[in-house]
Amino acid sequence: MSLVNIKQESDTSLGQVIPIVPESTIKEESYLQMVVRRYKKHKLAVIGLFVMIVLGLMAIFAPLIAPYDPYAVNETFSAPPTPLHWLGTDQVGRDILSRLIYAARVSLMVGVGAVAISVAIGTILGLLSGYYGGKIDMVIMRLTDVFMSFPHLMLILVVVSVVGPSLTNVILVMGLLFWTGVARLVRGSVLQVKQLDYVKASIVLGLSTPRILFQHILPNVIAPILVNGTFGIAAAIIIEASLSFLGLGVQPPTASWGNMLTDAQSLTVLSSQPWVWVPPGLLIMLTVLSVNFIGDGLRDALDPKSIK
Amino acid sequence: MRLHASLLIDYALGGAHLFSYIIRRLLITIPIIFGVTIINFLIINMAPGNPVEMMIDPNLSQEDIEARKDALGLNAPLYIQYFNWLMNLLKGDLGFSMSTFEPVTQIISERLGPTILLMGTALFIGLLIAIPLGIISATKQYSKLDYLVTGGAFMGISIPNFFLGLGLIYIVSLQLNLLPTGGMVTLGGDNGLTDRILHLILPSVVLGIGIAGKKIRYVRSSVLETLGQDYLRTARAKGLREFIVINKHGLRNALIPIITVIGLEIPLLLGGAVIIEQIFQWPGIGQLTISSIMSRDYPTLMGLNLLAAVIVVSANLLTDIVYSLVDPRIKYE
Repeated sequence: MSLVNIKQESDTSLGQVIPIVPESTIKEESYLQMVVRRYKKHKLAVIGLFVMIVLGLMAIFAPLIAPYDPYAVNETFSAPPTPLHWLGTDQVGRDILSRLIYAARVSLMVGVGAVAISVAIGTILGLLSGYYGGKIDMVIMRLTDVFMSFPHLMLILVVVSVVGPSLTNVILVMGLLFWTGVARLVRGSVLQVKQLDYVKASIVLGLSTPRILFQHILPNVIAPILVNGTFGIAAAIIIEASLSFLGLGVQPPTASWGNMLTDAQSLTVLSSQPWVWVPPGLLIMLTVLSVNFIGDGLRDALDPKSIK
Repeated sequence: MRLHASLLIDYALGGAHLFSYIIRRLLITIPIIFGVTIINFLIINMAPGNPVEMMIDPNLSQEDIEARKDALGLNAPLYIQYFNWLMNLLKGDLGFSMSTFEPVTQIISERLGPTILLMGTALFIGLLIAIPLGIISATKQYSKLDYLVTGGAFMGISIPNFFLGLGLIYIVSLQLNLLPTGGMVTLGGDNGLTDRILHLILPSVVLGIGIAGKKIRYVRSSVLETLGQDYLRTARAKGLREFIVINKHGLRNALIPIITVIGLEIPLLLGGAVIIEQIFQWPGIGQLTISSIMSRDYPTLMGLNLLAAVIVVSANLLTDIVYSLVDPRIKYE
């Protein structure tokens, strides 16, 4: 049913051990253990998680791993891969492998940052909307409708072009614009949970509203938020890459996988220097694919309806 | 007879409900459109440096600049500016472009055709890929083919469309020399139909693959859901062949929701068009968006953003109405 219910059920059944069958055969598992067990069944999700851990470590330890300074200009420019520069150098003469490694920081920062902001806003608005209903609900939901009416990429392009392109702005703008999905999701879950007896009981007990919202209702809607947030990270990474590709995201000389592809808009670079644009493109794809697999795995693992 | 009468009444009541649902749905749309215009106006007004300063001769005196601003209404309070803009908007006047000085409505309408052509073709290609693959995937659930298709769908949603576009230009156009690298027609060519189709293929395939990636999973789950329904068991119990059961009884019901929610792909298509048109030099509203951003042509940008939102709102409205018409089980609440 819900997180808390499952927890309580397993707790109580742990408490009253009825020794009909030897204990080892009916080993009770906690909710977390069950989620982990189900997640492991999704092979691609496990691979995705592994890839993301590797990419995360690469981003954190970029200065130790990267063979060159990502901004340093070397003697050869637009050079194909050599033993000295494994992936060649770009048009200015910077080592592409080093730039790729550093750029992982940008993508992961944008993904996590934008989603953290949008999930925080969406969760609070969704909780308020679903719990209070009435006028508050009406206003928040109409606001959601309005923001949902703009195609994501179009809206963010316009806003970024107005506030100026930079890493911080990209994260902030995405965070401030993309909370609508989470808000709707949380509202829907709250509407369901609010009818349950234990919430009514907390109201009767006279608990404060913030306590009811955050301690009693929020834990029950966390699973869908987590899944939605994971897919949100994938979307944010793609949008950042697209913006940077168009020259409206992360600005050079800072390396981003998206802006490393910008030069490939010219047919000469596209045709004669594939080492410049293929690796960053593949890395974006690999990252987004991994995050999407993780999201899919989480959805299966957290879905209370599926019994596996 | 009595039963018949009550059915008729039910039907009439259903019709009335449907009608009032559509009216209510239309009424909800009005404040949304209103909100869209406010957000749109506020965003553009956040722009640093106002339009006049950007287009004037640096030799002009401060007084001249102020006079020009007054003339353009840029010194009025924000809500007055919004009101003026809204009034003009209602008359179909979106102002003038700051780079070409042509009316914004005219510039946008000139670019609309190519984008509609591109989006329509992309949608068609997307469904052409997604529907058969989704059906195969569902009817052969958990088979190797199912995993292959589902994996492919994940690739489709995970590959950035600009990378796919560049990759296809590199392979198909530059290496194999099969299709043009961009544009709508060959410059100086005969502008014939074949030429146009050849130019249309790559950009619409790239956009279509994104759509297909999203839709395959949707088709698959919709078909799976339908295959589990009781009436299919009945059909099998009657002794119908499996082929007829699936294709005649199953798919028809599974595909209805898919066709009706096509409208929900519009935002994705519009966003994708911005990037794809830029890469393929497709002269539509996407390319216009990028060039307006580069030249800080805010009136045009405002018009484009508004148009995009209005298209999405209309598509959502249409989707809801069509869905309620097609699926009588929907509750009008």
